[in-house]
Amino acid sequence: MIKLNNVIKCFGTQQVVNSLNLEIPDKKTVVIIGRSGCGKSVLLKHMIGLLKPDSGSIVVKGKDIAKLDTAGLDDIRKHFGMLFQSAALFDSLTVAENVGFALTRFTKKSPAEIRQLVKEKLALVGLENVEEKKPSELSGGMKKRVGLARAIAMDPEIMLYDEPTTGLDPIMSDIINELIVNLQKQLKMTSVVVTHDMKSAYKIGDKIAMMYEGRIIEEGTPPEIQNTNNPTVQQFINGSSKGPIQVLG
Amino acid sequence: MLKNVFEYTGKKVTVFFFEAGKITSLFGQVIYWTFKKPSEVKSIFEQMVIIGNKSLGVVTITSLSTGMILALQTGTAIERKISGAANMLGGIVSLALTRELAPVLIGLVMAGKIGSAIAAEIGTMNVTEQVDALKTMATNPVKYLAVPRFIAAIFMLPLLTIYADLLGTLGGLFISLNIFDGTTGSYFESLNMYMRLDDVFKGLFKTIFFGAIIAVIGSHKGFETEGGAEGVGKSTTSSVVISSMLILVTDYILTAFLW
Ligand SMILES: Nc1ncnc2c1ncn2[C@@H]1O[C@H](COP(=O)(O)OP(=O)(O)OP(=O)(O)O)[C@@H](O)[C@H]1O
Ligand SMILES: [Mg+2]
Repeated sequence: MIKLNNVIKCFGTQQVVNSLNLEIPDKKTVVIIGRSGCGKSVLLKHMIGLLKPDSGSIVVKGKDIAKLDTAGLDDIRKHFGMLFQSAALFDSLTVAENVGFALTRFTKKSPAEIRQLVKEKLALVGLENVEEKKPSELSGGMKKRVGLARAIAMDPEIMLYDEPTTGLDPIMSDIINELIVNLQKQLKMTSVVVTHDMKSAYKIGDKIAMMYEGRIIEEGTPPEIQNTNNPTVQQFINGSSKGPIQVLG
Repeated sequence: MLKNVFEYTGKKVTVFFFEAGKITSLFGQVIYWTFKKPSEVKSIFEQMVIIGNKSLGVVTITSLSTGMILALQTGTAIERKISGAANMLGGIVSLALTRELAPVLIGLVMAGKIGSAIAAEIGTMNVTEQVDALKTMATNPVKYLAVPRFIAAIFMLPLLTIYADLLGTLGGLFISLNIFDGTTGSYFESLNMYMRLDDVFKGLFKTIFFGAIIAVIGSHKGFETEGGAEGVGKSTTSSVVISSMLILVTDYILTAFLW
């Protein structure tokens, strides 16, 4: 379980996260939705200790990760996989070396076993024969999927996905949605998914939480969110330019 | 007005000490990981090859021309008063090269060539979230990125300096033979007479520090890079400026202690 208590984070004078509370139950998928720039990626980075809150606590597996030192963080992070919004592939390494990065470093598997696993993970995200390519030779959507393959390579307990379907065609988006659902079902992963894609949110989420002005303003199951009375949430999920959300500023 | 001056100076001084603190802390971490577990062996060799490949050309040109210039300048100056400059050139050129010119020039050239590359590479990884990605995979970026570059630099700078010592000495010989009618025998005789082996070793010893400066400042600037391609450009430039200054200052201090 991941539990965020009264998390506050400012960049300079800009308050991005404002006394935010959120609970991610074990073995469930929580989808975080919200407008571009509202702080979803920032929130995700707090959950794995890449950013430290100004105040508040982030409890993962019973430990407040905001208080851990580097060694403690590394221990916790071995249970995580993270897909970055930008994919963040290592551009000096090949696709195979990227996907096999943690396998090579943290397991005693032979190169042949790793090659096989890399191939399997790439197949899961719909890629083949790209092992020897460099990230600069891939399309945006392919990079995203290699990033996903790298993130799930170690079968982590907790997966953080930052916009897994952005930049993918509709068919590929659906394949990735199914993959996320399957991973959660088969491997009993705990997942946090940041997305703008409402179709995907309804399909994969056990719970959907909407972030607005630095807080979670509403959370519930997909049907609860679909039938909400909250006008802000309604405006967002219906994609309307008219409503309580200020479009400028 | 006066208040502004104080405020400005105060800010600059604070920033200076803040940065100096960060560099010291990074240096400490690098040393710690260098002696703790020298993992990433493959990466160390890779970096050594990269440094060698990148710099062999510039080091060749720098050292050869420095040796030749040195011989030409001192030779013509000596000839004003006494004839037979060729008999002294070997000693003059090799002393100046091994004690001072080869180490410091190689240091400066490498700051431009290798230090900037380290800052640009780590800086790009930083602004494209690759450094964050390393962290999420429980990999310490200092250990994975900075330490191999550090070890490679402190090995490669002395090696390249030995090469520069040799090549510069040969450049001096070339001038001695062709401009001052010297002989190979007399060139090496004077070299033998004036130069001691510890001159060479002390010169090489200095370059270990220069290598450390280049790698640590390059890595520091890389890890501190913010704000996209523009930020990478700024880091690259300032890594060269800072490490060049530090090399010159360190050179003076080491020279004062060593001889
Ligand atoms: N390292 C940083 N330094 C300063 N400001 C930052 C930093 N990271 C994020 N921000 C600011 O925090 C706010 C939230 O950014 P974040 O990336 O979390 O948005 P997001 O909700 O993920 O948006 P999107 O859906 O477009 O990805 C933005 O206004 C951004 O400018
Ligand atoms: Mg984002």
